[in-house]
Amino acid sequence: MSEKEMPDMGVLREKYLRKGMLPTIFCNGCGHGSSLDYTFRAIEELELDMDKIVFASGIGCSSRIPGYINADGLHTTHGRSIAFATGVKAANPELDVIVFTGDGDATGIGGNHFIHAARRNIDITVILLNNFIYGMTGGQVAPTSPKGTIATTSPHGNLEGAFDISNLAQALGAAYVARWPVSYPYQPIKSIKEGIETKGFSLIELMSPCPTAYGRRNKLGNIQKLWEWYDDHTMLAEEYDKINDYGTEAEKAALEDKIKIGVFQHIKKVGFFEAYEEQIKNLMANDDKKWGGV
Amino acid sequence: MTYVRDPVRIRKILGSKKQFIMGDMAAAYGGLVAGVGFFGGYPITPASEVAEGMARMLPRAGGSFIQMEDEIASMAAIIGGAWSGAKTMTATSGPGFSLMMENYGYAIMTETPCVIVNVQRTGPSTGQPTQGAQGDMMQTRWGSHGDMMAIALCPSTVQECLDMTIECFNLSEKYRHPVVLLMDGEVGHLREKVIIPDEDEMELIERVEATIDKDKFIPFSESQTQPGSKVPDFPTFGSGYHPYVTGLTHNDMGFPATDKQPDHERLINRLITKITDDREALTDVEEIMMDDAEVVFVTYGASARPAESAVRMARAKGIKAGMLRLKLVWPFPEKVIYELSKKVNKIIVPEMSLGQMVHPIREFAAKDCEVTMAPKVGGVMHLPIELLKYLEEAVE
Repeated sequence: MSEKEMPDMGVLREKYLRKGMLPTIFCNGCGHGSSLDYTFRAIEELELDMDKIVFASGIGCSSRIPGYINADGLHTTHGRSIAFATGVKAANPELDVIVFTGDGDATGIGGNHFIHAARRNIDITVILLNNFIYGMTGGQVAPTSPKGTIATTSPHGNLEGAFDISNLAQALGAAYVARWPVSYPYQPIKSIKEGIETKGFSLIELMSPCPTAYGRRNKLGNIQKLWEWYDDHTMLAEEYDKINDYGTEAEKAALEDKIKIGVFQHIKKVGFFEAYEEQIKNLMANDDKKWGGV
Repeated sequence: MTYVRDPVRIRKILGSKKQFIMGDMAAAYGGLVAGVGFFGGYPITPASEVAEGMARMLPRAGGSFIQMEDEIASMAAIIGGAWSGAKTMTATSGPGFSLMMENYGYAIMTETPCVIVNVQRTGPSTGQPTQGAQGDMMQTRWGSHGDMMAIALCPSTVQECLDMTIECFNLSEKYRHPVVLLMDGEVGHLREKVIIPDEDEMELIERVEATIDKDKFIPFSESQTQPGSKVPDFPTFGSGYHPYVTGLTHNDMGFPATDKQPDHERLINRLITKITDDREALTDVEEIMMDDAEVVFVTYGASARPAESAVRMARAKGIKAGMLRLKLVWPFPEKVIYELSKKVNKIIVPEMSLGQMVHPIREFAAKDCEVTMAPKVGGVMHLPIELLKYLEEAVE
């Protein structure tokens, strides 16, 4: 997958982890550590300067990730990380901004900011760890919890429909949208790389298992079972779309139980701040012409 | 590319030195002069003109303006922008200010310099959008959860809207704290003459950036380069210091210390005393006819204008009236109020609310000095004649 020789994990740890913050708060079987590992590998392959990347996050388990990275970190308020990130990027567009957020953070309390950053095509990379639950607060139902989910605040079974975050980002015209379970190691690394390199708004939605707060109450407490659930309930986009278009009624009905995965959108668009810098340049040139130079 | 303040360009954008403009626009002018590089805002009456002025002028100066999706996002974005090294600003009114409260607390906790202009209107809730009020004085001081200190200034004239915006930036940079310009709808929509200060007619304070060796840097403790300062040096994002900025209770290194009582106590005490240690130096009041005054108004903002007229009318009638105007309302000028209360018989507090600043005034006045309210609500200013009655009754 890469021309570059990947150093072993020990070397990556030494290079990228903020050691004063260890150990992490993550439970056994949590997928967030894998997501962090994939991010380090993507950054290593891109040979990015860690002094020029800002990692922003909101509140929740996934939002603790920037704390473990030896780089500028902005651990903000619940749901607002993307709005903070917009300001970080506005004041210094040369910085790469990577947002770690969760499903509740980004689409529950922070849905509005997510929508508008995607619509504006703000040049940030959002790595959204979707575990179908509010994990840090002990397992309350989330906007992404599948129907029937047992959670502390849906003890009789969740009646609400689940949010398809990637589909939303696609509809908003995000420049890059991909979704992978963390049980696929290579595709997330490639997507994080592509997301960082894409101008404009990128979303990498990683399905990250939460055995403690989600699995335990939904007969998926064993991490192996959760990974098997991912295998049984996901389908590559190409296959999914083919069934959707040409499948039998029975095949189509079976899609109800499947989550589409893959790279859904990868388009060339002018990033918001690229366009803004151009506008500023033109405005200043007009003024200079009018005034005969400042 | 970060914003670089170009004073010559800014002055050319603003135009002639003397202008006739409204208070909201004067705040936008003040922000530009102070060197704001990013403004995030959301439309709201009676503050929208600040954002409109910024949208028109700031990109021409090389900075960026974004109309955010709401006031929560506006406050978030200006905090983010400040960490990228810019001076940042937003403007709002009561409902938007209420929405900003969580991130206002975040800015206090993370010691983020930024400026919030609040053109106050009647409340609670939507209230009277086009009518001025002074109902957010206490929200500024206590509105976010937890222990905190506020810095806030209160202009009474359009010129002060401009000058005090610059001062807000100076205080915000000096103390690394979100500073609030507490305008009211009356001053915000008032048009008056302003004089734009030249470079040599004002002082601009910039945050102290971190310069110490990166492995010796302590991000959330006393300054490592300014002896005696409790304000830490600022590790701008992108400069290689790798600060971890969090709203959680954190230790000196910025790491979460959520279950450590001593760390919390130490942090909160420093966040408050870095400002209150300078309480007397920060105190900024204007005295009118105070030398022999026996009954005085203590007031601020738009209310000071009819109050001053009432004092002059009372003097013409032989009443020994005076006025003390609070230009800086937070941190509260405790000593000035105490000393004043030892000299006068009665303090009357005209406010466009049912009484907010009257409470700290009463708290710090000597026990034998009577402190009463002169409230006016509903979006209408006090008339001088109404306030004159308070003075007349006081000496009856």
